[in-house]
Amino acid sequence: MTERSEYKELSWQGLWKNNPGLVQLLGLCPLLAVTTTLTNAIGLGLATLLVLVCSNATISAIRQWVPKEVRIPIFVLIIAAFVTCVQLLMNAFTFGLYQSLGIFLPLIVTNCAIIGRAEAYASKNPVKPASFDGLMMGVGFALVLMTLGAIREILGQGTLFDGAELLLGEWASILRIEIFTSDTSFLLAILPPGAFIAMGFLIAAKNAIDSSIAAKQPKAEAKTIERVRVNFEG
Amino acid sequence: MAFFIASSPHNHIQAETSALMRLVIMAAIPGVIAQWYFFGWGSIIQICLAITFAVLAEITFLAIRDKNIKAQITDFSAVLTGLLIGISVPSIAPWWITVIGSVFAIMVVKQLYGGLGFNLFNPAMAAYVMLLISFPVQMTSWQPANELLTHDISFFNHLWLILTGYTWEGFSVEQIRMNIDGITMATPLDTLKTDLTLGLTVFESISNPVFGENFSVGWEWVNAGFFLGGIFLIAKKAIDWVIPVSFLTALWLFSFIAFSLSPDSSASTMFHWLAGGTMLGAFFILTDPVSAATTRKGRVTYAALVALLVYIIRKFGGYPDAIAFAVLIANMAVPLIDQYTRPRTYGHKGAE
Repeated sequence: MTERSEYKELSWQGLWKNNPGLVQLLGLCPLLAVTTTLTNAIGLGLATLLVLVCSNATISAIRQWVPKEVRIPIFVLIIAAFVTCVQLLMNAFTFGLYQSLGIFLPLIVTNCAIIGRAEAYASKNPVKPASFDGLMMGVGFALVLMTLGAIREILGQGTLFDGAELLLGEWASILRIEIFTSDTSFLLAILPPGAFIAMGFLIAAKNAIDSSIAAKQPKAEAKTIERVRVNFEG
Repeated sequence: MAFFIASSPHNHIQAETSALMRLVIMAAIPGVIAQWYFFGWGSIIQICLAITFAVLAEITFLAIRDKNIKAQITDFSAVLTGLLIGISVPSIAPWWITVIGSVFAIMVVKQLYGGLGFNLFNPAMAAYVMLLISFPVQMTSWQPANELLTHDISFFNHLWLILTGYTWEGFSVEQIRMNIDGITMATPLDTLKTDLTLGLTVFESISNPVFGENFSVGWEWVNAGFFLGGIFLIAKKAIDWVIPVSFLTALWLFSFIAFSLSPDSSASTMFHWLAGGTMLGAFFILTDPVSAATTRKGRVTYAALVALLVYIIRKFGGYPDAIAFAVLIANMAVPLIDQYTRPRTYGHKGAE
């Protein structure tokens, strides 16, 4: 496989075909818990992306010297180190967001999507493709987070980018879009069951798109080989 | 291998889904009339709204799913779902509550699971729970019985209240619910729960006018109406008597135990039977042939489980009535209940 097609394949896998949120269903806990607003989702998506790229690169760089028997604890330690970095950074620069993400920021350590990529890809491949894989998987995960966050924020509060200033600084408060105003908020969209239902709809939409694409593609003519089948089982 | 049905006495049960559904709808009429008598036109308007939108949603989604629309609409299951939603939402809730509930019941709870016969949950109750969780204020704003109202409201005022949130004279839902002292009146179940948290005893609490002379003004007759309809259904063999009987017995038992242990903090057994949605639940909701347990032992377990949950949630939970939550939780347990209560196959010994 040429290098170019390898990268193309990695992007396709991470963004769509093997998306950690929609297909592998990994890291559902933060995915469902913090996507109440778009800002929260972007914050957690960026944090996860950063950790994923750094951990994939590091694990790939040291893969020759890590004994097979103790690789998982070592991976976890590396991931935990990066999560601590991200957590301290967010504590320093985006304190409001740090507070609203709460426990789910340190919990990135236990996000299966990250350790899954470390185990499945980074520990077997050189640094460059491993970091690229981390980037694509992270972007795929962040996109799902953002879609879910946007849907739930619109349904629940009728706004978009509410509290964006927590992430991007004071100027970002002008980003807040009021889509509709209502005296009553649709609480279900904000509560956890709404996250599950919205996630179900997202997965269904992805599957529907996949099957409609598959239906449009011309069917490869199956080679017909005449042969007699004998079935003993009856 | 095919078995041909030869001549001779093959007596078919002529029961069709549509006939069963029509019977259940007819049996709900006494309860609906009682609701209309005590709570005014609001509940009738809600029922019409709910049925209309349930049927519209059903037609839309059958069309999307390429199903035979005529055959599935005329089985009246969507009408029944709409009817149950219309009965259970508060009669002065805004119109969009009912619309969202009906569409959710048909679209998500019924059609997405595969249509009639495949739904894991009771559509009407799942929609009710969704509404109660999403819009707690509107869903707990019950209108007190007509005789307690300070402003008499007519059909037109009810319609206006549902459509705009205000009566024609400009009274809001909150004002309608106030008594002459300007204190909001709640349902008997709600009142009792609030009073108990305030440190009153049951005996002190039931001097509140919402309880009336017997158990609860209006509600007791609504429950009696549904009880009557339920008896009619059992007589017509449309529903199995096991579920309502074991549900009511179990609820009676649990409330009796609590009442005999601490009569000051537990309502009487008859109050639990005749307040809230007990009878509607017992005869019309638990007996849903799709989401209830199927074996006889299983049905007893299922009904007793619902009764236990109803009692616990009514006594200790945060929401006033509990039928919907209890039914949903028990629906989840149904596959397990069916698994463990499978009857012995004829000719085989019992489980080893």
